[in-house]
Amino acid sequence: MTSFHLQIVTPDGCAYDGPAEYVSLRTINGCVGICPHHTDYVTALGMGEARVVTDGETRRAACIGGMLAVTKGDVKVVATTFEWAKDIDLERAKASEQKARQAMADQNISEKDLKLAEARLKRALVRQSVATGK
Amino acid sequence: MAGVSMKGIKLRIKSMESTKQITKAMEMVASSKLRRAQERVISSRPYFETLYDTLNTIAANSDDFDSPYLARREVKKSCYIVIAGDRGLAGGYNSNVLKLAYGDMQGKNACVLPIGKKALEFFRLHGVQIVTDAYAEAAEIAIGDCFTLSKLLAKDFLSGGFDELFLVYTNFVSVLSQSPASLKLLPLDCGPQKPAQLRDCLTLYEPDSNAVFNAIIPEYLGGLVYGALCESVAAEHGARRTAMDSATKNAEDMISDLSLKYNRARQGAITQEITEIVAGSEE
Repeated sequence: MTSFHLQIVTPDGCAYDGPAEYVSLRTINGCVGICPHHTDYVTALGMGEARVVTDGETRRAACIGGMLAVTKGDVKVVATTFEWAKDIDLERAKASEQKARQAMADQNISEKDLKLAEARLKRALVRQSVATGK
Repeated sequence: MAGVSMKGIKLRIKSMESTKQITKAMEMVASSKLRRAQERVISSRPYFETLYDTLNTIAANSDDFDSPYLARREVKKSCYIVIAGDRGLAGGYNSNVLKLAYGDMQGKNACVLPIGKKALEFFRLHGVQIVTDAYAEAAEIAIGDCFTLSKLLAKDFLSGGFDELFLVYTNFVSVLSQSPASLKLLPLDCGPQKPAQLRDCLTLYEPDSNAVFNAIIPEYLGGLVYGALCESVAAEHGARRTAMDSATKNAEDMISDLSLKYNRARQGAITQEITEIVAGSEE
């Protein structure tokens, strides 16, 4: 099967650098899948699950924020957070969800804190769904 | 003997030795921190390079942007993010970066967002307007803080709080060499204006170029600030290590110099005593 060069970089280091056959990501507009020989393409990423197919094997990861760029067939994912399913700390995600829900239950929460709590809840849920594979 | 008492020299050697111990300890702490900071710089560099390259390619290749981040406006006010250290005793590290920032600001109506205690103190002393002092501890800033900061700055830029944004930090060239640098963040340069037909207009933007651009910019700013912070922290430890290394060497030099003087004084005292005894017995 034809493949393309995929590079996934985050501030914590390089998450993946090598050939891939298919990658799907959640963008700000919904899910997109990239196959080999894709046209030049740029979009911003939202929060969600990413799937990378290498050698017929699908690997899943939580991908949050950043951008996706395809230039001359090379795919670059510049993500704020990119964690492979096996690396996700499920306990931490659950604790973070609890904390966010508690904060949001507070009646006189400020708008800024509410937004922060919502974002934290979303991240926690994305991580959990990726880690448990549901 | 020579006007310097043996006791005085001994005291000076003692104090020199304790100074040497302190500088040696600081050097060792800086070395171990430097190793960690260096790893962080190396692991995060690909991210910033890719981010920077991609964004500049987009900006240079498109002419259908009317994004406010690209628009050049009359500069009434400039904002500077200045990254320095929390503590002194790091050779020229703090003064170099602060001097560069302060020199750049001359003749401009500038405000400053200092990162690091030394930066905050410096600009307070010079009476420059400070945007926020929430990020005074450079060592405690995580990547999340960088993104909060960049969102704040992007909002301020859009609402007209300031018209240009600069980032002044220290580049970690190597363990022995650090150079302060200033980077213009906003508005973005569109690059050389190419004729329309030469532009590579085949890139697909989803949902459209402006939306992509506006979503990526805060991310881009946060990423660059974090990158600059990583570089600066590594540079600070590098500078401190070098400074403390030479301080330890100086202390060693002084100790050997003083020991020599002490021994001479001791010898002199003994000779004098013998002379006196001999002179006394001859009578």
